[in-house]
Amino acid sequence: MSSITAPPDITEPGDNESHITSYPKFIGRSLWLATEGSLAFYAWMTMLTALFLVGANAWANQVAGGMVGTNMTDQVSWGLYIANFTFMVGLAAGGVMMVIPAYLYHDRKMHDVVIIGELLAIAAIVMCLMFVVADLGRPDRFWHMMPVIGKFNWPISMLTWDVIVLNGYLVLNLHICGYLLYMRFLGRKPNPTWYIPFVMLSIVWAISIHTVTAFLYCGLGGRPFWNTALLAPRFLASAFVSGPAFIIVSMVLIKRLTGVGGLDHPIATLTKIIRVTILINLLMVASELFTEFYTGGSHVSAAKYLFFGLHGKTALVPWTWTAIALNISAALLFLWPGLLGFRWRPLLVTACVMAFVGAWIEKGMGLIVPGFIPSTLHEIVEYVPSQLEWKVTVGIWAFGLMVFTIAIKTALPTLKHPAEH
Amino acid sequence: MTTTKNPSRPSLPIVENFTRRAAVKGAFATLGAGAFVAAISPLRQAAKNTTAAEFMQQHYTELSPEQKADVIARLEAETKEKYGADVTIADDRPIPGTKFVYAINLSVCNGNGKCVEACHKENNHDRDTNQSYIRVIEMPKGTMDMEKGSTTYTGTVPKDDKFYLPVQCQQCDEPPCVDVCPVKATWKEEDGIVVVDYNWCIGCRYCEAACPYHARRFNWKKPEVPAEEVNPDQSYLSNRIRPVGVVEKCTYCLHRTRRGKLPACLEACPTGARVFGNILDKDSNIRWILENKRVYILKEELGTKPAFFYYFD
Repeated sequence: MSSITAPPDITEPGDNESHITSYPKFIGRSLWLATEGSLAFYAWMTMLTALFLVGANAWANQVAGGMVGTNMTDQVSWGLYIANFTFMVGLAAGGVMMVIPAYLYHDRKMHDVVIIGELLAIAAIVMCLMFVVADLGRPDRFWHMMPVIGKFNWPISMLTWDVIVLNGYLVLNLHICGYLLYMRFLGRKPNPTWYIPFVMLSIVWAISIHTVTAFLYCGLGGRPFWNTALLAPRFLASAFVSGPAFIIVSMVLIKRLTGVGGLDHPIATLTKIIRVTILINLLMVASELFTEFYTGGSHVSAAKYLFFGLHGKTALVPWTWTAIALNISAALLFLWPGLLGFRWRPLLVTACVMAFVGAWIEKGMGLIVPGFIPSTLHEIVEYVPSQLEWKVTVGIWAFGLMVFTIAIKTALPTLKHPAEH
Repeated sequence: MTTTKNPSRPSLPIVENFTRRAAVKGAFATLGAGAFVAAISPLRQAAKNTTAAEFMQQHYTELSPEQKADVIARLEAETKEKYGADVTIADDRPIPGTKFVYAINLSVCNGNGKCVEACHKENNHDRDTNQSYIRVIEMPKGTMDMEKGSTTYTGTVPKDDKFYLPVQCQQCDEPPCVDVCPVKATWKEEDGIVVVDYNWCIGCRYCEAACPYHARRFNWKKPEVPAEEVNPDQSYLSNRIRPVGVVEKCTYCLHRTRRGKLPACLEACPTGARVFGNILDKDSNIRWILENKRVYILKEELGTKPAFFYYFD
């Protein structure tokens, strides 16, 4: 990969070969490379494929039999799917925490491996789109949402904004990664004019995807639990915990499994980022809770239900306290300077997993479900995901991990020898 | 690993058993694709229930009169085929100079629930789930806080220390449900009624999350109504039997009210608590009530501007 200051190079294919023939070769070679590996790699991919197939089958059954197979109701009309969707948008946006040091602060070592964050964004957005489709009652009418041929309620509906920003972010990252890997395949220096503007745009865009996703919820006056101006900043703060946490664990694994070097410095940078973002997130949660509980009144019902249960209904209480415990413990671990020591790698990974799971609960089940409990007519109908919903969810996660694994494998040559360019 | 270990040139690995590996990979890819097709085979069942004509159908507001006639003929035939019932589906349009408004006298309503039942039958709701567009909240006297109420009350009504608050779609003038719909499957008509094109809704349920009155329902399963119980007087935007996977709502019984009749819930009410009419008609009952009673609306602070009023005597 080149640095920003690298002089523009030839972008037309040389050796009398046109892109029309060399691009398919690039795709073919990438696919071949991505399917090469050790026995453990094949076992991993086989397991993911099996889980994905279970999810695909569960989803097909849901479409055939109606969404009665889920445990959602007219009271709690969004559940595990939308919870995961919300979290995955954060994960996609979180990758930008590698892009910012690499491109805005010219951190060379981060720059060499920044593609990991961009590839994560691709996998996460693919999962987002799958979760939205899984949540649709009529996926066969998906085309109604397409601009021009359907009826797109833009700019009034926040959901149409989300469709635009998510797909835009996917295209941006596909372009950036695709271009860099293709240039690498051709053995050329990437031309900065073909990707630097897109990288800069992707930084702004990453913020926008999570802001718009928060606006989906916080713009609803009838749902006091979501109707807070703090929602978008909170979403971003937790995204900048979960994204870097996932990337740190990935990098520790990549280093161990593939021998890619130069990852320790980026790991340290991301750890320092989480150290701050996890505290900002906790501060905002505390601020939110103070406002809710000190004010009291009927606006606090959902928060009461979430933390202590309401009228004897306590389904979410164990979830939320688990999240609080994980978030606080992870925050304390990240505050400890020794966590960056090499011999504490397993502890760093543990802290990352704790922060990741904590954010998943807080932003998923802990945010979407209490928005519906009590209902707008103050009925308390509880929600626990059904087996079908878990199967579909695991299937989508497996597919996302497959996409991420394949993407990383495709990028391995670039990661292993960044200095070449 | 059989790849070449030349770090400086990571190109297509040329190895002796390249062809064999390619064949193995191809076999696994085929196996995976086959397994995927098998996994999603239940979709074939779902595809059988959706005809090409239904899949290609345009938005209600974009159908020409001929297309509309075709769609309605198809829907009538489908109802005959799937439910065994002969029905007429009309396309009732707003009457010019009409703006429908509802009011309920809470001093009179005694929570008997006849409106809930009438709605269930009139609008061809799913029998298993006992669906209805109306919910009645039993409230302790002395509070307007819905949190203290109950929608699942039982026993003889009315109870001395309670009053009863029926809630259905408020046909808001600023409907949040309409704003959030990503595909314009729901909109407000000239007579104030918020309708849904059940053949355009994609089932994302964003409107259900946006509605502050719990007025919207989702068809989690295919509605089941025995042939002899199907109400054959239907309208495209109103009480025709809804498809699975779409959102539905109260339409002030537009298949009745746009033909000069009263809503089914009003006709069924034994107490006379319900008043319905055209607010633009100066001599209407509803107009007199709004002018002379101290009326209030639900959740006024949200700015939804309901066309549904409550009052006490």
